[in-house]
Amino acid sequence: MSLQDKYKQLIDAAKAAGVQNLQVNEQGNVLHIDGTSDSATKDKLWNIYNTIDPDYRAGDLALNITVNASSGTRAKVSTDNTNLNIRKGPGTDQPVVGKAAHNEVVTLLSKPNDQWWLIKTDSGVEGYAYAQYLTPQ
Amino acid sequence: MKLSKIIIAVLLSAPVYFFSCKAKDSDIQAKITEKFSATPDLAGANASVSDGVATLTGEVKDDAAKGQAEAAAKDVKGVKSVVNNLTITPPPPPPANVIPDSALSQGVIDATKDFPTVSASVNNGEVTLTGSIQRSDLTRLMQSLNSLHPIKINNQLNVK
Repeated sequence: MSLQDKYKQLIDAAKAAGVQNLQVNEQGNVLHIDGTSDSATKDKLWNIYNTIDPDYRAGDLALNITVNASSGTRAKVSTDNTNLNIRKGPGTDQPVVGKAAHNEVVTLLSKPNDQWWLIKTDSGVEGYAYAQYLTPQ
Repeated sequence: MKLSKIIIAVLLSAPVYFFSCKAKDSDIQAKITEKFSATPDLAGANASVSDGVATLTGEVKDDAAKGQAEAAAKDVKGVKSVVNNLTITPPPPPPANVIPDSALSQGVIDATKDFPTVSASVNNGEVTLTGSIQRSDLTRLMQSLNSLHPIKINNQLNVK
């Protein structure tokens, strides 16, 4: 069975949900699916991935759905229950300049890359936070 | 007397010329097709011949193959001209944006920082995960790692 067949349900769902810039390429026995969507669609697609390949064991899919969020968007801190570090630069080696609380809503200033977003809290702290813990509203 | 004989001969043979012309087109077409199928780069090319004009259609990989097909068709006896309507196969989509191991390693350190029981190694664009993780954290970790564009993730984690 080809990888496109294996992950057909996922690809179909991505198309149906209107994922932007959807790209599906197979390279060296790994299917790469890239695109941009809202965070609810991203979660849905990851749920389908986890259903087709429980615990992501097969290593035959690279799913990279970037969450669509423009500057000025409000984003909620979606850590499990801890504070989110706000850093001087984009990297865990950068000093922490402040923290945003779990469930706090901050403002997205820019997205220098897919991992680190520049944010500003309502109390005025500005810096880089790990995008994985930010859910655009 | 002699002239009228020639005229009669020509008139009599005219239908034969027309017939042989048709037959020739199909022969030419067969020869061109044979040439194309014998050359791997030209396997996607087709030819149709009408009154000695060969029209080439189909897809080949590049301009060189397109020219090669045209030359091969022209080379067949009986071909008066070639209409080259071959198209070039669009190039495959660019490879996924794979970052060098050094940059990938830094991204992996960031992504695994909050999961102290996870060990990760990077080699030739592949990320290998060992150690253990809570199932509820696994998707978040995989999302972070996938956003780094690794070639592959080998998940050997003990999922609890």
